[in-house]
Amino acid sequence: MQIDVNGAPHAITATDVAGALAELGWGEARVATALNGSFVPAAARATTALANGDRLEVLTAMQGG
Amino acid sequence: MRDFYGVTLQTPMMLGTARYPSPAVMEAAFMGSGASVATVSLRRERGAGQAFWDMVRGLGVHLLPNTAGCHSAREAVTTAQMAREYFQTDWIKLEVIGNADTLQPDPFGLVEAAEVLCADGFKVFPYTTEDQVLAARLVDAGCRVLMPWGAPIGSGMGLNNIHGLRTLRAAFPEVAMVIDAGLGLPSHAAQAMEMGFDAILLNTAVAEADDPAAMARAFAMAAQAGALAATSGPMGTRDMAVPSTPLIGKAWL
Repeated sequence: MQIDVNGAPHAITATDVAGALAELGWGEARVATALNGSFVPAAARATTALANGDRLEVLTAMQGG
Repeated sequence: MRDFYGVTLQTPMMLGTARYPSPAVMEAAFMGSGASVATVSLRRERGAGQAFWDMVRGLGVHLLPNTAGCHSAREAVTTAQMAREYFQTDWIKLEVIGNADTLQPDPFGLVEAAEVLCADGFKVFPYTTEDQVLAARLVDAGCRVLMPWGAPIGSGMGLNNIHGLRTLRAAFPEVAMVIDAGLGLPSHAAQAMEMGFDAILLNTAVAEADDPAAMARAFAMAAQAGALAATSGPMGTRDMAVPSTPLIGKAWL
């Protein structure tokens, strides 16, 4: 299916958030995730299903004021 | 001394982590100033997150994640939830921006987000204005710290509304308050602390100085001087001169 990851289109075979992270190379990365604007806790990634056209945000620590 | 959700800070200085010429310079600014809180953010993963996370953890200070750049309560709440998991803290510097040019808070979105986050167990540090009614709504929502701006973010103008800030400080004697944003010089920090504020939060004035580590130290010293003055009972002002040297015993020459 086709989903947006951090604003860019990606074709993936995974059907849940945890699978998508692994497929995108972030399986072990320390990240925080949101799907379609709602927070997905790390513990819920494996049970959060993806649908075509979903927007996945994968965030990490950055400098801030 | 007022605390920050039960935490007493070693120094009344919170320092941002952005806009430094290099990570080493940022570290030097923290080491030189003894700042006790570092503000951080969450952004899209591009490969540098882990290294930055390792570095800020190594600073040994409290982390205060922000919701910078959020323009709605919904965005800010989601960002706060993500930040709590990532940074392993329930502290959140809540920013809901209402105008892209002035970066002033959207008071309506700010209260809405504060209500949701406080109810969800967050310890909210709202970036707000000196507006006393807005402050009351934030306190009603559960905020026990307020962070009124001195001046617009990054402007370096100092305390734009002394009267409003003084009124705000007096109106909520139990609430810890941090002057957040707009500080440009150490004298601004001293002034804020002399007025009874509990800490300062700054970034640009340090990060964009020619020597950030030295400027960070200057701000820390000024903030500590102001804090000491605030608890030392400053004298009142007078319209006319009063000689400090006694007149009694003056020679007749």
